[in-house]
Amino acid sequence: MSDKRTGAQVMCEALIRNGVDVMFGIPGGAIMPFYYAMWEYRDRLRHILCRHEQGAGHAAEGYARASGRLGVCIGTSGPGTTNLVTPIADAMMDSTPLLAITGQVGSHVLGKDAFQETDITGITMPITKHNYLVKKAAELPYVFEEAIFIATTGRPGPVLIDITKDAQQATIVPDWNIKLDLPGYKPNYQPNRKQVREAIKLLLSARKPLIMAGNGVIMAGAVEELRAFAEQTRIPVITTLHGIGAFPEDHPLSIGMPGMHGWVHVNRAIQECDVLFNIGGRFDDRVTGKASTFAPHAKVIHVDIDPSEIGKNVKVTVPIVADARLALQAFLSEFPEREAFAELHGHASDWMEHIREMQSKHQHKQQYLNRSETEHMSLPPHDVYAALTRALNTRGNYRVVTDVGQHQMWAAQLIDWYRPRTHITSGGAGTMGFAVPAALGVAVAHPNDTVWAVCGDGGFQMTNQEMATIIQEGIKNVKVAVINNGYLGMVRQWQELFENKRYSGTPLSGPDFAKLAEAYYWKGITVEDSSQVEAAIEEAYATDGPVLIDFRVEREVNVFPMVPQNKSIGEMILETPHES
Amino acid sequence: MKKHTIVALVQDRPGVLSRVIGLIRRRGFNIESLAVGHSETPGVSRMTIVIEWEDVEQVVKQLYRLIEVLKVSDVTDDPVVEREMTLIKIHAPGPKRPEIVALSEVFDAKIIDVGANTMVIEMTGSPAKVQNFIDVIRPYGIKEMMRTGRIAMVRGVRGHNAEEFVENANGHAERVPVMN
Ligand SMILES: Cc1ncc(C[n+]2csc(CCOP(=O)(O)OP(=O)(O)O)c2C)c(N)n1
Ligand SMILES: [Mg+2]
Repeated sequence: MSDKRTGAQVMCEALIRNGVDVMFGIPGGAIMPFYYAMWEYRDRLRHILCRHEQGAGHAAEGYARASGRLGVCIGTSGPGTTNLVTPIADAMMDSTPLLAITGQVGSHVLGKDAFQETDITGITMPITKHNYLVKKAAELPYVFEEAIFIATTGRPGPVLIDITKDAQQATIVPDWNIKLDLPGYKPNYQPNRKQVREAIKLLLSARKPLIMAGNGVIMAGAVEELRAFAEQTRIPVITTLHGIGAFPEDHPLSIGMPGMHGWVHVNRAIQECDVLFNIGGRFDDRVTGKASTFAPHAKVIHVDIDPSEIGKNVKVTVPIVADARLALQAFLSEFPEREAFAELHGHASDWMEHIREMQSKHQHKQQYLNRSETEHMSLPPHDVYAALTRALNTRGNYRVVTDVGQHQMWAAQLIDWYRPRTHITSGGAGTMGFAVPAALGVAVAHPNDTVWAVCGDGGFQMTNQEMATIIQEGIKNVKVAVINNGYLGMVRQWQELFENKRYSGTPLSGPDFAKLAEAYYWKGITVEDSSQVEAAIEEAYATDGPVLIDFRVEREVNVFPMVPQNKSIGEMILETPHES
Repeated sequence: MKKHTIVALVQDRPGVLSRVIGLIRRRGFNIESLAVGHSETPGVSRMTIVIEWEDVEQVVKQLYRLIEVLKVSDVTDDPVVEREMTLIKIHAPGPKRPEIVALSEVFDAKIIDVGANTMVIEMTGSPAKVQNFIDVIRPYGIKEMMRTGRIAMVRGVRGHNAEEFVENANGHAERVPVMN
């Protein structure tokens, strides 16, 4: 090859230079030159053809979340790009490093309502970390380098590059001598040592301290450091929905998940604590409930890479803008001698005892489902989770991707979580339809793990066509569990609890999911009774290929505990109020 | 609600104005005025934004999330000089003209165009003084008016030279490897 390249070839080489080896997308007119070029690079750049650009976007997100690497998705101009909007918004909310590459009409017709022209940089401005419109091939090496740098550093996020068709086609001699010019982008990774010492002082004086671990711990790869920090201080650890896996749940210091569907003892502990050490969480309103009532006695230490998160929802006493791992390393190196912890250890152990006592009073895990209520049920959803948890624990090597709704909260509550990047869900955006395509991306990232997609019957029907992608790619390690309750269950739960059971727009029918799976050349299994659950899961494991299990669960079961929206997390509902 | 004057230094790239405005719009703020232009350093623009809101600190932090934003300050309570310019086309039939000219002189305003029945007045001054002049001149009949919105600069040695932000930012920001 001479030094000359088309813009499209430059795009491929820029991706390869930046370590990309897989992309998820769908071609079309405006992005065809890129597809033409990628054929030459196919041994280094794998392209996975999805069935919908939303699926491509979620697959790239799943890949990124499971691997910590950049996820890449591709769409053509117009509808191809607007179909990417949902996963881009999802990645923005969950700080997922995502690169969206979109084709644009020729630069000579830009802004003239050309066929399939959509102003995608305008549309995605508020839902990307940054975006670009490229009209000249010569800009491509720089723009790709900068875009990938921005997507993967600091607080990661989605970046979109929209490239006109003529820029992809033009021939240039690319200049790979790139020096990024980003005077306004300087993420702060190293914590301020003075603040760290201030925070240590606060922690040492605490009587009821808590650690709250969020997604930042996982993204920064700070799991080992968090463990060392917790063990040295003996402070109880909470893991948020996205912090699941940041701290093993079988650790004696782990107390569980806070928030809207968090455990009673965890939310009570937050309301009682005097120092709250939040590392890598953003105090989402699903965690805080009514923010003004959150942790009323606590002095808050907040470690976040994004300065704009600090003080946004909760008042902070010691702000620390830093990478979670570097921050925890600084704490560990600034810790005083062991003796200095004696008093804290004493308090922490009394405090933990108190938390465990609350926990024992307010049941635990499976017992949240009132057993007397379930006796008449042939398949309470909790039985599915119990059997799935047993299978995961005995077989290991699993990743679980969940969709959005009741089944998602049950998964977070009821499965035992030990390792980072094993629990992948759409948290900030709550995007139904996330799980099946995201599971595809997770399976690509971890071909030797078993990837379970736990879906509701509603969300499953939004993106299930990616089952075809999974088959076409020869991916065998995806298993789908549909928690089929015949409702948009989470909305129905709110209607039952707060709207006099007016089930407006929530009863939901579907096809025979097992037959649908068979039509996609998957194995499909239907389960209607608790006695069949274990065998079905065994069969899924025994099958050398993707399997879907349609769990036809009891229709009207609720997720408890629950904090009603805009209420204090101290006010939890523990069961369905009995009608009088 | 308090009016805040925010001064921002931004890298002059396509879309930067949209991004800044979009961020403010998203929170439902009303922008009272916005002025943008080149700064002392090539490639860097300076913006003065006036908004009415209480929780401006959060907006300032969020503006920093934008890649092109180099420096943002809420200068509302700082010692600043503020100026605004306005062009006013006023109804000015013959007999009224001496009065209008005299008033303009009092306010240091300039008559820059004279038509058959109108005059165009240019007035520059602090936003309060400009408002004052407009109030005084309004009874004569304003036919058209265009205000630039205010521009602000912190007095003395405080404030920010754009050069320093561009200079010490050369090269890559550090990249922290992620471990899994
Ligand atoms: C794309 C999208 N549309 C609507 C919603 C609102 N919503 C949240 S949960 C839910 C119900 C989900 O139903 P299903 O997938 O069957 O799961 P279940 O709650 O029954 O487990 C809905 C409609 C959403 N989160 N995402
Ligand atoms: Mg459902």
